[in-house]
Amino acid sequence: MTTDNALVADASPVAKTVAKPAAKPDGEGVLELRNLTAWYGSFAAVRDVSLRIPPRTVTAFIGPSGCGKSTIIRTINRMHETLPGARIDGGVELDGVDLYGSQVDPVQVRRIVGMVFQKPNPFPAMSIFDNVASGPRVLKTIKGKAEIEEAVERSLRRAALWDEVKDKLKKPGTSLSGGQQQRLCIARAIAVEPEVVLMDEPCSALDPIATLRIEELISELQKTYTIVIVTHNMQQASRVSSTTAFFSLGEERAGRLIEAGPTNEIFTSPREQLTEDYVSGRFG
Amino acid sequence: MSAVAVPAPATVGRVARLVLTRTPRRTLTDRVMRGLTGVATVFILIPLVALVGYVTVNALPWIDLEFLTSGPVDFTRGGALNAILGSLQLIPLATLIAAPLGILGGVFLAEIASPRLANVIRFGTDVMVGLPSVVVGVFCYALLVVPFHGYSAIAGVVALAVIMVPIIARNTEEILRLVPASVREGALALGMPRWRVILTVLVRAGLGGLVTGVVLAVARGAGETAPLLITALGSRLVNVGHLNEPMDTLPTFIYTNSGQPSPVLIGQAWAAALILLLFVLAANIVVRVLTGRRSSGGNNR
Ligand SMILES: Nc1ncnc2c1ncn2[C@@H]1O[C@H](COP(=O)(O)OP(=O)(O)OP(=O)(O)O)[C@@H](O)[C@H]1O
Ligand SMILES: [Mg+2]
Repeated sequence: MTTDNALVADASPVAKTVAKPAAKPDGEGVLELRNLTAWYGSFAAVRDVSLRIPPRTVTAFIGPSGCGKSTIIRTINRMHETLPGARIDGGVELDGVDLYGSQVDPVQVRRIVGMVFQKPNPFPAMSIFDNVASGPRVLKTIKGKAEIEEAVERSLRRAALWDEVKDKLKKPGTSLSGGQQQRLCIARAIAVEPEVVLMDEPCSALDPIATLRIEELISELQKTYTIVIVTHNMQQASRVSSTTAFFSLGEERAGRLIEAGPTNEIFTSPREQLTEDYVSGRFG
Repeated sequence: MSAVAVPAPATVGRVARLVLTRTPRRTLTDRVMRGLTGVATVFILIPLVALVGYVTVNALPWIDLEFLTSGPVDFTRGGALNAILGSLQLIPLATLIAAPLGILGGVFLAEIASPRLANVIRFGTDVMVGLPSVVVGVFCYALLVVPFHGYSAIAGVVALAVIMVPIIARNTEEILRLVPASVREGALALGMPRWRVILTVLVRAGLGGLVTGVVLAVARGAGETAPLLITALGSRLVNVGHLNEPMDTLPTFIYTNSGQPSPVLIGQAWAAALILLLFVLAANIVVRVLTGRRSSGGNNR
């Protein structure tokens, strides 16, 4: 299925406006990090990470503060390089396409790999509706007023926000509560039909009830999307993810991947002592 | 007030020491300082109120139908139609040039230019903002009046635009910088190209502020006199559409009329001053309304 991929600029005349493949057999859409090292200038924040993330699963990234979890997920949608001096070595592959290939348009990568940030960031001075519609409208993934309305409703429903906002779609997105804003941002991210959704501590600013709603939502979303979630909350990782990757600080303060595997194994019988110390709370 | 009455505990604790400080002396100091700021405010307001009052009193007897509907006739009658229509042409034209240029320039400064380049340009625009407007006038005189052997409205338009552009550009930059980086990231992460991020998300987030900047620049341009005297010159004829000929404006009308040995013409200068004043006042009210809406509809949590 690499032939009709949106990322390769000259694949076809419609290469940049590719439609999402209707159904994919298992094994396709794998996300693979290959010897990935992410630099801020001359400082390597994470070194030599190799990880295979199966499609339509939830993978949790855990590890102590500063070990490079945010950095690494930002390399997956090529947001990392938007910072001055930031670059990578190694590669990221999605569905067989090297996301850092010379023919790849980083802007299109970000459309296919969506992102939800730690702090909800609805667009200011935009209604709830326009927040969700902005992606499809700007990227022209959906045309026609009725179709956009449909997509907005579908995205808000999938983000479990529709019932709360259906009567006030014209209100500003910033007028919602923090938890609702975060679900709005999730709706905005999935409205452009990405393949992968990255979430960087999406619940850290939310209360337990809002957190629970987002977690339920994540389980629901994994039927359609590959999800990578960074979290500091061990219970959350064990509740939502099927795979867990544990990162820690290596030599020269560079983060590295200690181990990755099925979540229950990482939490009950990890191979590495470091992992065990961390998940059992004995780690500083 | 009641805090003073609280009896101090036998052993004075840290909290008591820190908070039981509302002594009569402190209260007095507080009152005096408040009083002083109030007095200062009154002193600031006196000239404003006096000016508005004085202009209004002097202008009202001269504002009538003839003043608004006819151009200058002679020393005993006539109106300011030439100046009113002139301002109504020059200012919108100058805004039409200055607003897009200024906003694009501001966007470039805030979003595209490298920090070093932005610093250089910012220095330039700051100098431009502070430039005496007569210098801009002389520049446009040399550029557009001398080569074409005559004063012209278009030279005035350009002079006003040159004055307005840096104001709008700097304001645009400030407004865009107020948009949080997280919003920029959110839009980029959605797969929007950079220019769409700017156009769809950032400009929209700062729209109220951008319009405010344009309105402020318009208000500034509306009152400029010196640069117009050496570009559009002023004219006793009602000029509609002849941009290659001299044209009058409210400020130049005030300037020429106030120097005439005729109470009628001087009265008309007062009347024109009132119209100009009302225009600037209206512009400021528009700004108030827009910024008010921005702060309440913006990032309330
Ligand atoms: N913009 C930046 N410029 C330079 N260094 C950075 C930048 N952002 C992060 N770093 C550094 O990279 C390393 C990894 O940071 P990162 O934010 O990825 O950690 P993290 O695992 O997400 O931590 P946390 O759990 O606290 O969010 C840290 O040492 C940090 O100081
Ligand atoms: Mg982080």
